[in-house]
Amino acid sequence: MKHVLEMVDISKEFPGVKALDHVNFKVKQGEIHALCGENGAGKSTLMKVLSGLYPAGTYSGEIVIGGESKQFHKITDAEKAGIAIIHQELALVKDMTVGENIFLGAEPCKRGVIQWDELYHNASVWLKKVGLNISPDVKIGNLGIGQQQLVEIAKALSKHTKILILDEPTAALTESEVSILMGILNQLRSEGVSCVYISHKMPEVFALADSITVLRDGRTVATLDRNETDDDKVVSLMVGRELTERYPRVEHTPGEIVLKVSQYNVWHPEKRNQRMIRDINFSLRKGEILGIAGLMGAGRTELVSSIFGAYGGKAEGEVQIEGKTVKIKSVAEAIKAGIALVTEDRKRQGLVMGMDVKRNTTMATMGKVSKLGFINENEEIKWGRQYVQDLKTKTASLETLVGTLSGGNQQKVVIGKWLMSDPKILIMDEPTRGIDVGAKYEIYNLMNRLVDQGVAIIMISSELPEVLGMSDRILVMCEGEFVKEFQWREATQENIMLAATGGK
Amino acid sequence: MQLQKELQDKVDIPVTRKSLWSSLFGKMDVRAYTMVGALVLIWVLFGFLNPTFLTSRNLSNLFTQMSVTSILAIGMVLVIVAGHIDLSVGSIVGLTGGIAAILSNWLELPAIVVILGTLAAGAVLGLLQGWLVAYKMIPAFIVTLGGMMVFRGVLMGVTESMTIPVSDPVLALLGNAYFAQGFGIIIGLLAVGMLLWTAYNKRRSRQKYGFEIAPLGVDVMKVSALALLVVSFVVVMNNYKGIPFPIIFVIVLAIIFYILTTKTTFGRHIYAIGGNIEAARLSGINIKKKTMLIFVLSGLLASIASIVLTSRLASATITAGNMAEMDAIAACVIGGTSLMGGAGTVIGALIGALVMTSLDNGMSLMGLESFWQYVVKGSILVIAVWLDISNRSKGVK
Repeated sequence: MKHVLEMVDISKEFPGVKALDHVNFKVKQGEIHALCGENGAGKSTLMKVLSGLYPAGTYSGEIVIGGESKQFHKITDAEKAGIAIIHQELALVKDMTVGENIFLGAEPCKRGVIQWDELYHNASVWLKKVGLNISPDVKIGNLGIGQQQLVEIAKALSKHTKILILDEPTAALTESEVSILMGILNQLRSEGVSCVYISHKMPEVFALADSITVLRDGRTVATLDRNETDDDKVVSLMVGRELTERYPRVEHTPGEIVLKVSQYNVWHPEKRNQRMIRDINFSLRKGEILGIAGLMGAGRTELVSSIFGAYGGKAEGEVQIEGKTVKIKSVAEAIKAGIALVTEDRKRQGLVMGMDVKRNTTMATMGKVSKLGFINENEEIKWGRQYVQDLKTKTASLETLVGTLSGGNQQKVVIGKWLMSDPKILIMDEPTRGIDVGAKYEIYNLMNRLVDQGVAIIMISSELPEVLGMSDRILVMCEGEFVKEFQWREATQENIMLAATGGK
Repeated sequence: MQLQKELQDKVDIPVTRKSLWSSLFGKMDVRAYTMVGALVLIWVLFGFLNPTFLTSRNLSNLFTQMSVTSILAIGMVLVIVAGHIDLSVGSIVGLTGGIAAILSNWLELPAIVVILGTLAAGAVLGLLQGWLVAYKMIPAFIVTLGGMMVFRGVLMGVTESMTIPVSDPVLALLGNAYFAQGFGIIIGLLAVGMLLWTAYNKRRSRQKYGFEIAPLGVDVMKVSALALLVVSFVVVMNNYKGIPFPIIFVIVLAIIFYILTTKTTFGRHIYAIGGNIEAARLSGINIKKKTMLIFVLSGLLASIASIVLTSRLASATITAGNMAEMDAIAACVIGGTSLMGGAGTVIGALIGALVMTSLDNGMSLMGLESFWQYVVKGSILVIAVWLDISNRSKGVK
């Protein structure tokens, strides 16, 4: 069979990071080709190169479609070549009808006037093709996520797409919706449409794909035939990097239980019937690091922000701190109860970029530096200086705006802010994301120091080596549930990843 | 290991490394500095074109003129810093002015009751809008645009579109009286004393904490510069009739709100909310309560402005305060407040108000037709922001 798409030697660099390193990726006519890899392996970057989102010239390498070398300068160039991408976040206009959305930007016109009858007629033809039995004049907002996804596919097909890219298409779908989607994709395959299916859910990959390409750290690791491999093999290829001694492993002796969470359930803030977290039970001991592993969208962040009183959705279940049942309804209450949360995204959730280092440090504990609502500037300087020194934050002065610091130093300011609240339970969501190796190492040392002082740490991380290197105990989360618990000695990248991808 | 070694290196952080310029003038952003320059330029230009501009009499008038816009701008800074907008303040000025006139003229209540009633009315209108914005999640633009129309309409309804004269002598004083020269001097001396005391206290407290203190010379220069400003203000005002009452309101409110924004946790929280609402929420800041309070303060300040205005005009009219919100917003923006939220100062807003009023005053002195005032003020507003943005993008590159 011939290749409809060949991506040869694709490299792409961002400042300081090599996102893609001589990647080769080939898709045959009429096949479903799964693209697998951990978070940050380069899957999405590769697809952005292919769809013209990163224009020709910003990457090196060659894209060959149907035997012809192509250069895409914008998304419409890629569309003309028959490539359509359906992102995880659907790109539909909620207040427009299904028909309007399908032909958005390509409305059938006569002298500048839209031919509505033609538009809706054509729309219903495409809807039938994807097995959607709805009228094209329904508003998108009234459809479920699964139906919206099918509308996206209909929209892509209406552009005479030869290569359809689906980025994590099932992340938000229910099981029955997933099986409908699979049916449609199988049918498209029989009609000769090629499909790139990005997913890290092994059962789906093996149910659908003809071939599987695995990316790791921006490189192509292997392209395999579905029939000659199994999920163990794919998972080990996804994670199979060598473990180097980058982690200051220290033996901890966990003490009594500080946090006990039982039968915990959390619902989505807007879609009230969608359960994000199911029947979670766990406990956390004084002086231990509990790692929570899982893939993006597994519900890890939702779980901890709900415990921290910062998640909009309804929560049910019991939370005990040091044996006492607590009902935490707001962040202020959580801080008072001794919980601190170093959030996942420091730019969006952790820091006020236009404020200086000391003000960001004191933000969650203004009570310590003020009396009757009046701030004592010198107290503020004292505390700010203490955490800058303790954490070895590199900053020109305490009055430097945090927006001008490097990622690692920004993260230290966030950590300083939370240490100032004297937490008993320190939750760290992706504590070392996007920071350099030196700063990472300092943060690991700090975590060990805190644990020695009796703080209990929950660490969420998508970097498996980090989870393995730092945790005393590891819980693996998949689709809102804890699926496995490991002691650090028995955990390996392979068995964690297998559990996280829904394998056995 | 090299990492280990690096970790052991002690990091020394200077607490402050201020230039002489910034230690003298405190923290004001570039746009406010530019506007101080522009203000001096405007004054020199008008002084050159028309000798009456820089006379004591005219300057006294100018300060009285700027009082309403200034008071509104002080409240508007809070609202904009928190990332909202308040379009209703002009109509609150109108409506609460009408209420003051009704209480005083129709019900013949004593001045103190009139004043308290008016302030309460302003606070309640602010509370209502703040509740809708904070707890009902309606965008402030919509709530206050609605408020702008509703309050103006209510004013027309209750006053039956009549002009109501206010003849209470005490109320008349608030907008029109001057402090006796001797009293002005006492106020000036008190102000200088306060400056010295604050500077001394700050040095002592920093010493107590063991922080480095600015060289004595810098503090002396700083205090002398501010004292000179105070003294020349008092002298110039005394040269005419004394310090006008309304400007004392402005100064007192400016001091209160300067302290509120820079020295209290409430102020800090407002900047945090405007700078990054998500980070503020995740730091345990009660965003709803604070947002509502900001609108209460804005309404309260609008009612203070309305008392000054009603007193100066000796009557309440249905057009009182019309478009005043636009002047207040413009003053904030000229003075360095960012409509994106998170940045802006009370002092900056006052400078903005002074720039705008100086333009108004100077141009009418020169006998230019009033359309010019709109054209020039509008252009200054856009140019101020343009300069700021182009400066900033240069800094980024």
